[in-house]
Amino acid sequence: MMDTFVMRHLPALLIAVPLLAAFVMPLVGGAGRVARNAWVLLGALATSAVGLALAWKVLATGTVLYVFGAAAPHVALPMDSGGIPIRIIFQVDALSALMVVIASLSSLGITIYSLAAESKQSGLETFYAMLFLLVAGVLGMVSTGDLFNFFVFLEISSLAGAALVAYRVDKGVAVEAGLKYALLSTLGALAVLTAIGILIGQYNALNLATLASRMQFTTLDKLALVLLAVPLAMKCGAVPMHFWTPDAYTTAPSSVTAFLVVSSQASLYGLFRILFTLYGPLLSWATFGWFLIVLGVLSMFVGVTMAIPQKDVKRLMAYHAVSQTGYMLLGVGVGLAVLGNADALAKYGKTAMAGGLFHIINHAMYKGLLFLTAGAVFYRAGTRNLNKLGGLGHDMPWTMVCFMIGALAIAGVPPFNGFASKLLIYESVFRFSPFLSIIAMIVSILTLASFVKVFHSMFLGPRRAEFAAVREVPAPMLAGMALLAVFVVAAGLAPQPFIDRLIQPAVEALVDRAGYVAAILGGI
Amino acid sequence: MSSRLLLALPYFTVVVLIVLGLAVMLSKRNVIKILMGVCLMESAVNLFLVATGYRHDAVAPIFTNVPAGPMALPTVQALTLTSIVIGVATSAMMLSFAMVIYRKYGTTDIQKIQKLKG
Repeated sequence: MMDTFVMRHLPALLIAVPLLAAFVMPLVGGAGRVARNAWVLLGALATSAVGLALAWKVLATGTVLYVFGAAAPHVALPMDSGGIPIRIIFQVDALSALMVVIASLSSLGITIYSLAAESKQSGLETFYAMLFLLVAGVLGMVSTGDLFNFFVFLEISSLAGAALVAYRVDKGVAVEAGLKYALLSTLGALAVLTAIGILIGQYNALNLATLASRMQFTTLDKLALVLLAVPLAMKCGAVPMHFWTPDAYTTAPSSVTAFLVVSSQASLYGLFRILFTLYGPLLSWATFGWFLIVLGVLSMFVGVTMAIPQKDVKRLMAYHAVSQTGYMLLGVGVGLAVLGNADALAKYGKTAMAGGLFHIINHAMYKGLLFLTAGAVFYRAGTRNLNKLGGLGHDMPWTMVCFMIGALAIAGVPPFNGFASKLLIYESVFRFSPFLSIIAMIVSILTLASFVKVFHSMFLGPRRAEFAAVREVPAPMLAGMALLAVFVVAAGLAPQPFIDRLIQPAVEALVDRAGYVAAILGGI
Repeated sequence: MSSRLLLALPYFTVVVLIVLGLAVMLSKRNVIKILMGVCLMESAVNLFLVATGYRHDAVAPIFTNVPAGPMALPTVQALTLTSIVIGVATSAMMLSFAMVIYRKYGTTDIQKIQKLKG
């Protein structure tokens, strides 16, 4: 079973399946609505199946290497190449596997949801083609072991993301947000490309592991580090480079917004990979740990304070997304700050990183769920303005339940998954610096306050005359939301299996730089 | 001119182009002109990539009738081609965005295209 053709080529299929789904979409779309929806569903199911199978294989047997265009991995490192792997190599370790799981689950949920949510829109072939391209871009970013390949997938996800943000023109406002997103993404990607040019100019290699093993940390490398870290921090929406997030998240169709969250997290993955694997021990741990911590605390605090006064429910949620990204940066930042200190690392550093990484998957699920419920409300009520909404709980009970699950999870209330990861962050960060932990708790309380307000203004109160025609949303939308809600509840009720099987290996993979390098240069 | 200076010339050009691109982006208010600034910077980065791949007196790595001497690693040229294609796609998309915005807002002035705030 393990050695079948499909299992051997999983990393290639991970990219090939969504790309095929994307590019055949315009052809299938001509055959009518049923054929198109069937193709979309098939593509989403196949992508998720490949993603989950790959993650399972990685977690069961260790890092999976895949060399494109070579019959066996060792062909990538010919004797006369001077130790430089030729060809593009996919290196899927436990950290990548975690990100692949997130993208697989989330993409399945949002695709099912969008089948109903987008059904009244025109130009759906392009919409789904772009959606699959976005999925392919994110999956590629998190599984490639090649820096230039990372840039290409970053651009694929940025382009598809910007096109989707602008998809519903909405009197031009969405296009304005799309232009902003595209412009910033392009500038960021140019900076990344310059850094890649600096690195290949010095080391003649593009492979991450090779670069990591040859890294000298010259002045040029420091410049390259800045050119890599700043754009990736911007793309994951960290304050003070968050200004594109509320615009893009608000104007994109809700199903897309839920996946843009995952796409931001792929940039977060890139940032962690650059800091931990590419530069690793050459960095001053404390400096860069505190760099992430300061970004994290700023994002948490500024995000939540900007969220509270918002009137547009999706804009409010977008600022909360910025705020929650702060928790991930804080957790992993504390881990990075104590990476040189084996004692502190074992005592609380790894727990903090586990909390940060667990929060990534939890955030993708509950935030995705919240954006989908906001989309459901908009789908029926036709407005996202909290001052105009009200009394929807009578007619949309299931949407309300899903919203409650998401809102309690984001606020870190037990027994939902947000609590599980935040608890890990609180207790470990407290041992590093009590002050930071207290800030994190205060931000959670503010988050809860903000969502109580949203819940009250959307769902509570008497039935309103203008929403008399409002009914529960169609079944596919509920199914998409339910898929994410089930994960939120399951990971909240029984977090330990998730932490042991999925998160802990990812933490080890992030810390184990030598292992990442040896997988390419030693083992094959 | 010494050959050392000549070899550094592309890098000077890259810096000049990046500074020009940034200046255009920051000083102009017309969206189309801002996008031209982005394209200028794209060209600068492409030139930078190609410049890093140049080796003095080296030949292209085509193994038929190859003269003795060093060969140049052609990876960066391949990267540049990919990057040019990506650049075309991004420019086309952003220009079409600018077109839609002009149709809807009736302006290409970046300071008037600010309906999204807060």
